[in-house]
Amino acid sequence: MPADQQETLFQQKVDAEQKIEPRDWMPEGYRKNLVRQISQHAHSEIVGMLPEGNWITRAPSLRRKTILLAKVQDEAGHGLYLYSAAETLGTGRDEMVDQLLRGTAKYSSIFNYPTLTWADIGAVGWLVDGAAIMNQVMLCRTSYGPYARAMVRICKEESFHQRQGYDILVTLSKGTPEQKAMAQDALDRWWWPSLMMFGPSDKDSPHSAQSLKWKIKRQSNDELRQIFIDRTVSQAEYLGLQIPDPKLKWNEATQHYDWGEIDWTEFNEVIRGNGPCNAERLAARQKAHADGAWVREAALAYAAKKGERNAA
Amino acid sequence: MTVQEALFRYALRLGDNSLVLGHRNSEWCGHGPVLEEDIAQANIALDLIGQARNYLTYAGEVEDKGRSEDALAYLRGEREYLNVHLVELPKGDYARTIVRSFLFDAFHLPLQQALATGKDERLKGIAEKAVKEVTYHLRHSSEWLVRFGDGTDESHRRAQEALDDLWRYTGELFTPDEAEEVLAQAGIAPKLDTIRMEWSATVDRVLKEATLTRPADGWMASGGKKGVHTEHLGPMLAEMQTLQRSYPGVEW
Repeated sequence: MPADQQETLFQQKVDAEQKIEPRDWMPEGYRKNLVRQISQHAHSEIVGMLPEGNWITRAPSLRRKTILLAKVQDEAGHGLYLYSAAETLGTGRDEMVDQLLRGTAKYSSIFNYPTLTWADIGAVGWLVDGAAIMNQVMLCRTSYGPYARAMVRICKEESFHQRQGYDILVTLSKGTPEQKAMAQDALDRWWWPSLMMFGPSDKDSPHSAQSLKWKIKRQSNDELRQIFIDRTVSQAEYLGLQIPDPKLKWNEATQHYDWGEIDWTEFNEVIRGNGPCNAERLAARQKAHADGAWVREAALAYAAKKGERNAA
Repeated sequence: MTVQEALFRYALRLGDNSLVLGHRNSEWCGHGPVLEEDIAQANIALDLIGQARNYLTYAGEVEDKGRSEDALAYLRGEREYLNVHLVELPKGDYARTIVRSFLFDAFHLPLQQALATGKDERLKGIAEKAVKEVTYHLRHSSEWLVRFGDGTDESHRRAQEALDDLWRYTGELFTPDEAEEVLAQAGIAPKLDTIRMEWSATVDRVLKEATLTRPADGWMASGGKKGVHTEHLGPMLAEMQTLQRSYPGVEW
């Protein structure tokens, strides 16, 4: 079948909300776009373990320690499902990991911000996981079957993550003045970076239009960002915390919140590698990988020996 | 020492061993040699911290002075921690982590199995659940030890070095203190020489498969059971307890 005819059939299938599966014909651009997006998503889960892992050894109660450890463990699991989903498109996990370690693959810039206090663990759960969920709920309906199915599993766990983060902040906001100040400080530092998680504004988003047409994405960056803001304001009010945006105001006419302007210079700098923790995050992943090389070699060597023995 | 006093110290020790080892294993989360091992180590740490919560809660009840699991975990200093030295040593490289876990797991499994048939109903209940978890821990550490021993020259060398180095911390596992003697007498805790026989058999079996050499018994470190630790426990507790110590009496 000629390529243009195949492409028409492909688009018809997408338009009819049928899932594309690994063996189906797909345009090269669709495959490339998905590998890029899914591997970035997987890398984000893995790098995202670092800022939260920073507090596992300092969590203030055994219950909080247990919950945080379980959460970071979930992120590792999400990384695994996502690498597997990307592998169905013909790119191996080793190659994707290699791209991350060489610094050529991206991951969510939010993880280049530091977790400085215990309240940051609350803010990361509430805002960062909250923003991630907006994207992930949308991706449960993405056109590529393995990605959509991985997302269904991930979403169930992520909503628990968001609740645990919010629960930390509820406790802090009902606590001492010092605890409340800690919570406000965390919101002040995480609010704008969380809004940046939705990506560039639609007018500046290079991949968005095609991704929407292929139904890889189902809603635009700006739409999702607005829904997130609309939902989050009342949650901040319940906590008695102030969102650090003087322009934030309910708009009766649009039935949405009006809000200020993202600092796109900061956004672009962090993407370019100039965030507070970019170098540390990459170095931590490189070190784990380098230190673990002999472990992986030993496992392979042993498996090979065992295979030979079984064959003999 | 009364049975009640012995039981308090013993429940604390069981809790401290699990908590400190769980804490050490959790340090791998995000930094493991392969993603699957980040997950496995987090799982094991979760089991151990779960056991610690049960044991410390019980210790608080036995003591009957209103101390919760968190009061016992976060507000005792290193001289009051009663774990063995083996579990508090730094995690080291992955060979050291695996060898330490293996040496402990091979002790922990028969211990929990014995407690699950003991005369104290609460310890019995906690141990019944722990047996399932520790069975998996021992399988995990044994499998990796065999991979290292029978893997590459480098992994063999690292595993043997860790084994030689950690061996001197194994004696303390089997040297009973007064609390353990009182409870063994009362049929609540097992005699440690019977646990040692099972431990020794497991060690021999796995080391043989791993083509590693069992070190000779020499000088053995001790002191953890009476709260005299290595220099490594203090910094670990300082990190773990930082928020509880900096903001006393606050809910988190």
